Amino acid sequence: MSTSTQQSSAAPETSAPSQGALGGHEKQAPWVPWAVFGAAAVLALGFGLLTSWNIVLFVIYTVVLGTLGTYVLSRVTEGPRKAVDRLVTCLVISAFGIAMVPLVSLVYEVVRRGAARFDAEFFTASLQGIIGPGGGAYHALMGTLIITLLTTLISVPIGLMTAIYLVEYGTGRLKKSITFFIDVMTGIPSIVAGLFAYALFVLIFGPGVRLGIMGAVALSVLMIPVVVRSAEEVLKLVPNELREAAYALGVPKWRTILKVVIPTAIAGLATGVTLAIARVIGETAPLLITVGITNALNFNPFDGRMATLPVYAYYQLTQPGVPPQDAIDRAWTAALVLIMLVMGLNVVARLISRLFAPKTSR
Amino acid sequence: MAKRIDVSDLDIYYGNFKAVEGVNLSIEPRSITALIGPSGCGKSTFLRALNRMHEVIPGARVEGKVVIEGQDLYGSDVDPVDVRRQIGMVFQRPNPFPTMSIYDNVAAGLRLNAKKTSKSDMDDLVERSLKGANLWNEVKDRLNRPGSGLSGGQQQRLCIARAIAIQPEVLLMDEPCSALDPISTLAVEDLMMELKEQFTIVIVTHNMQQAARVSETTGFFNLNGVGQPGRLIEYNPTEKIFSNPDEKATEDYISGRFG
Ligand SMILES: Nc1ncnc2c1ncn2[C@@H]1O[C@H](COP(=O)(O)OP(=O)(O)O)[C@@H](O)[C@H]1O
Ligand SMILES: [Mg+2]
Repeated sequence: MSTSTQQSSAAPETSAPSQGALGGHEKQAPWVPWAVFGAAAVLALGFGLLTSWNIVLFVIYTVVLGTLGTYVLSRVTEGPRKAVDRLVTCLVISAFGIAMVPLVSLVYEVVRRGAARFDAEFFTASLQGIIGPGGGAYHALMGTLIITLLTTLISVPIGLMTAIYLVEYGTGRLKKSITFFIDVMTGIPSIVAGLFAYALFVLIFGPGVRLGIMGAVALSVLMIPVVVRSAEEVLKLVPNELREAAYALGVPKWRTILKVVIPTAIAGLATGVTLAIARVIGETAPLLITVGITNALNFNPFDGRMATLPVYAYYQLTQPGVPPQDAIDRAWTAALVLIMLVMGLNVVARLISRLFAPKTSR
Repeated sequence: MAKRIDVSDLDIYYGNFKAVEGVNLSIEPRSITALIGPSGCGKSTFLRALNRMHEVIPGARVEGKVVIEGQDLYGSDVDPVDVRRQIGMVFQRPNPFPTMSIYDNVAAGLRLNAKKTSKSDMDDLVERSLKGANLWNEVKDRLNRPGSGLSGGQQQRLCIARAIAIQPEVLLMDEPCSALDPISTLAVEDLMMELKEQFTIVIVTHNMQQAARVSETTGFFNLNGVGQPGRLIEYNPTEKIFSNPDEKATEDYISGRFG
């Protein structure tokens, strides 16, 4: 450690020749920290080659040496206050980098492996009669879209109305207990939601039943609390003055909510709903026990098993058949499509909040 | 269609806190009545009790009588929504609907109540109300732009236009000029003088000159101390209040000796 500090503080002497004579409290040129990190990278490279080469160790060495070097150099030339500022900047950026590692590596890996079967057939064919190569996830994609749509149709009205009740009407114990149960629901494990829907439908249809609508019910149990929470926050943001303005015009409360409160909050509500959809679209466990899997097309959520992307990926990976590689490729592509759906929904949410936001331009 | 308001023994509460106590007064139709007094003495609270806006605050309630042209406002068969249609209100802070255009803001009173109105009638009404609020010339070319894009003074006049568009019988104004420049203030005062031909106007103001300029009658509210309810100290013709008030406290307040 002590040698590395000496080395890195020695390195900038060549890279920062423009230090003035004004007591060393001059402002650093913007390229200086980069030069320090460059020097640290060279040092780390040398260090790595001497011992054993490893990309992770290389990055860690570079960051540690670069941070120390920047701190020491800044302390010598700019004074302690500025040095602490630079040290904290380095730490914050490093933390951000660490947080990005799983995301980037996940996306990279899924894209790399999913690209193999990211073709037209994947989006147009089902798995019916497929052994080995070929086939697709058209049935699973449609299943996911249908079940998610049904889930949204169930959850959004219930969730929005609950939120409106909580914000606009609720008082006292009923409001408190609803809020409490919503909190509890937020924490329900998804498998429990699946078992709930399964048990419910078994009561009606007998054991062994598998229906798309069961999956939608299970996912609704997960989605409703998310919708309630986000809608509640957004409705609370609507200024009370607007409600009073409407009341003062002799507008009844329910019309005020419908025509003033909801339009004012619509951007936030739509964003919340979109993000809630993104939250449930990739759920696997509840669908595994309520909807099952099938190789054929089934667009009817009230009749028998359906395929969905997460469950499809799960079965392709765990029961690939022989040779396994074809199914494993399909699993990765299904995962890729799911990630793209979720990212797409997030983009849509941003667009919605931008498009619907109240306009204040002059 | 201005109407007379009689208030007797009115106590106004926020939960257990009594904010205003024992108000008795009569407001003449087709006149401007000004309410003055230090902040926190319950002027806004009293004003909001006159059109049953007070009770939209959870826990808020009223004891006593408010009678408009023989009809008890707080009678058990009276719908507060109907009351508010007859008694309009302009708030201290301008509050146009941010999702609506200037036109829609003025039309809001009718639109939100789903009153069927033809396009040309609505156009007329919007133009008349905006002219009435002295805003027409500034916005006639951009009626479809958002109301929240106007300046503060313009927004307040937009709110006045919105309030008079539903043609109420009484107009309550809570410090309507406190966010306005002197020119807009004069415009609003002129507007009040015109409006009193048709409406009964009650205005809360911190501006003594304004009360003296526009009102026929002035009520002075005061409170004895923090946590005490506000009371109506004196209610007299404006000239008398400003030249020769009955109460010492009124004179002190008007001459700027406290408050
Ligand atoms: N929403 C409220 N909840 C509880 N107390 C309130 C509320 N609004 C006003 N008050 C209280 O009522 C009293 C009168 O307030 P207000 O009518 O606003 O005074 P003014 O308009 O004369 O300045 C004050 O003591 C104030 O704290
Ligand atoms: Mg006030």
